Amino acid sequence: MAERAPHPDTPELRARWGSFAWTGSNAEKVREIIGRYPEGRQRSAVMPLLDLAQRQVGEETQTQGWLPIPVMEYVAAQLDMPIIRVLEVATFYMMYNIAPVGRYHVQVCGTTPCMLRRSDDIMDACKARGMKKGHTTPDGMWTLSEVECMGNCASAPMVQINDANYEDLTPARLDAVLDALALGESPKEGTQDPARHTVEPVGEPTNLAAMMHANHDYRSEWSTEPA
Amino acid sequence: MVSVDAQTETEMPTVTVDGTEIEVPDGATVLQACELAGKEIPRFCYHERLSIAGNCRMCLVEVKPGPPKPQASCALPATHGQEIRTDSEMVKKAREGVMEFLLINHPLDCPICDQGGECDLQDQSVAYGRGGSRYHENKRAVTEKYMGPLIKTIMTRCIHCTRCVRFSEEVAGVDEIGALYRGEDMQITTYLEHATKHELSANVIDLCPVGALTSRPYAYEARPWELKKTLGIDVSDAMGSNIRIDVRGREVLRVLPRNNDDVNEEWLSDKARWQVDGLTRRRLDRVWIRRDGKLQPAAWDQAFGMIASAAKGGSVAAMAGDLLDCETMFAARRLVNAAGSQLLESRQTGMSYPAGNLAAVNFNSTFAGIETADAVLIVGSHVRWEAPLLNVRLRKAAKRGAKIFIVGPHWEPTYRAEFLGEDASVLHDLPDHVAAAMQGAARPAIIVGAGGLVAGAHGPALALAHAWNVVRDADGVRWNGFNVLHMAAARMGALMLGFARPRGLAELVQAAPAVLLSLGADEMDYAPFAGSLKVYIGHHGDKGATAADIILPASAYTEKAGTYVSTEGRVQFADKAAFAPGDAREDWTILRALADALGVSIGFDSFDQLRTAMVAEVPALGAEGLIDFGPLPAAESAERAGGPIAYPVKDFYLTNPIARASATMQRCSAELLHGEELAEAAE
Repeated sequence: MAERAPHPDTPELRARWGSFAWTGSNAEKVREIIGRYPEGRQRSAVMPLLDLAQRQVGEETQTQGWLPIPVMEYVAAQLDMPIIRVLEVATFYMMYNIAPVGRYHVQVCGTTPCMLRRSDDIMDACKARGMKKGHTTPDGMWTLSEVECMGNCASAPMVQINDANYEDLTPARLDAVLDALALGESPKEGTQDPARHTVEPVGEPTNLAAMMHANHDYRSEWSTEPA
Repeated sequence: MVSVDAQTETEMPTVTVDGTEIEVPDGATVLQACELAGKEIPRFCYHERLSIAGNCRMCLVEVKPGPPKPQASCALPATHGQEIRTDSEMVKKAREGVMEFLLINHPLDCPICDQGGECDLQDQSVAYGRGGSRYHENKRAVTEKYMGPLIKTIMTRCIHCTRCVRFSEEVAGVDEIGALYRGEDMQITTYLEHATKHELSANVIDLCPVGALTSRPYAYEARPWELKKTLGIDVSDAMGSNIRIDVRGREVLRVLPRNNDDVNEEWLSDKARWQVDGLTRRRLDRVWIRRDGKLQPAAWDQAFGMIASAAKGGSVAAMAGDLLDCETMFAARRLVNAAGSQLLESRQTGMSYPAGNLAAVNFNSTFAGIETADAVLIVGSHVRWEAPLLNVRLRKAAKRGAKIFIVGPHWEPTYRAEFLGEDASVLHDLPDHVAAAMQGAARPAIIVGAGGLVAGAHGPALALAHAWNVVRDADGVRWNGFNVLHMAAARMGALMLGFARPRGLAELVQAAPAVLLSLGADEMDYAPFAGSLKVYIGHHGDKGATAADIILPASAYTEKAGTYVSTEGRVQFADKAAFAPGDAREDWTILRALADALGVSIGFDSFDQLRTAMVAEVPALGAEGLIDFGPLPAAESAERAGGPIAYPVKDFYLTNPIARASATMQRCSAELLHGEELAEAAE
């Protein structure tokens, strides 16, 4: 994360993004979002607005989207808040990209449950396809990041690509997902294990099996002796 | 609304701290309760004048009832019946643990750190930390951040207390410092590393509990224990800020604020703090006499002889500068009077507001009082530049809901204020809502600044003060909301000592004195005095010295003891911190010697005698504290304000000869006000 830094504020950046303004439909959404907050608390809208701005930038650049400095300033001006406070929010949350990303932002979870379920192999599979952590591939398709827990531990390992989660991955399943994305298709989201619908147990339950069909009081079976 | 519980609500909660029962004020925190009980609670993020952050965790104590774990005392309200322990094994262990975590990423560079010797982290790790470290991994490193010409950053030392962030947001009112990223990667920075651009920015150096933000001009200059500390009064504006002057040998190395809740709280403007490096440059350290249009070195006797012979041919006048102490002005007054003249003036720019009744030219509501005002009309004052610390008070008033109106060109006040127009004549035709707000206020206040005085707004403002009844009993306390904000540290003292002619400077010009004693007057126009022998008694080679026929080297404010009266009428004494360079003498000794040369007696031979004589004539100067100037005089109804208001301060950093000689102030002016991109010198 230390490599995370706002994209430099250059004249070129200003020229490209200095005239950023909401598109018609987004302007409508912005009004709705700001309207959610009571009078005088409009600053609370900074997070949804930054997200919307990132998505609009994404549409314009055909990427996941990111937040150039002039765009953050635009949001700050709209909410009448100091720009440093906007920058604080944008740098705090990993969901905001503060430097350009590719068409697909592959975020590999590397936290303990995923790691135990071999997320290292997933990372290696990404690298084998030419991705490099913290970088975008030369064709502008893929940006690779390692992220902390995404809350999909029951179907670990997982990656998040733009807005979709792909779970129960193996290198082969990941390749299938990435190939489909590269072709412009929309692969199935969620678990990639054909034997699973969501995060139900694979095969027979191994825990609390006695509770499968009826309530069962385990308390009498608890051992008071240390194992 | 009075409820049945009103009595019990106002009762002070009783808590037990380490077995001692004490009563604490309602709303106090556990930390404050412990301090009231005389216990020292270590802390980094907590600061009395800032909001509570609770993020350093150093102030952990044991509190019952409550969860069975240490509690951050700064963020925990003290409630009735609490049992607080600050000396238990758990507390000791908790402090050691917090300290160990804080030190994980703190570099061991104390020997090369400017904070060394006055570092909270250093002191507290000695007092509360473990003997050694158990951390063997690599430490985090953070890149330096540029914060401007005054603040030097070594961000690896930062412990993320966020005091600087809270100061700039809450006190200075300029959101420019923030904490980016998070967790271990959190970094304090200004937006895109722009320089901090406000007048109080250097206070974050004092606030920083470690060596992350240190003073750039003072970098690697001295260790705190080498410095002789002298209590002084700042002269860069008329606030009378309490300062501590740190001197090594003869050189003033830095100035720090002293706590005084009535005056500067514990802040200091950047100019007051850093103009002192001008004290070693452009100094007048010998006598000069102009011969054939050129200043040439001379001896004291020659100069005194010339002045004496010139004085025989006519009158002697004196113009007091902006940085003077009362003793110098009193000595000059005695001298001028003894020479048979009354030509004394201090308002160098030619202002001629009536100074007969000092209540009408005083900041009557006091700085601490203006915080409680609920409607303020500012007439012709760029408060942020003329008295930055007063602006902090006004900001507090605005935060409490005060309505603030400003007559004059726009400036950025850091709080909500309504600008009514640039022309002073708007005073005679105020919008209805302004008049209604002022009339409806419980504690209305008017502040007339120098710009307003020049535009003739003094009389009309006084009339408004009477119309709005700004002198009243507010909640049983006398409230006087009529204020004049001066910019010269010497002004109130000068007015008390009679350095004001009814028609101002014009009267001196008309009198065409044979000798004009310029006591450090560097803001006036000397052209009308072409026929006078101009004797400059001052310390810097500035405008006054350039125009002078004779230069007598004198002492700057750090080089003499003196009495100062701030714009709120507060008498304060300053001590001598250093010696003046070369042949320069303390001002009063020069005037005493000059009296001998002129063959007149001015009645004192020592500083103590001078002070005694001064207090005998003006008793108010004898006691520290606020002077009561009596009731507000009636307004002279004929006077009308008119014309566009112009603020006299064109450059905040260069308002006096010391600041103009200061390399730091010049750099601030160039970089912060004129936006020059200055290449940073390689370290």
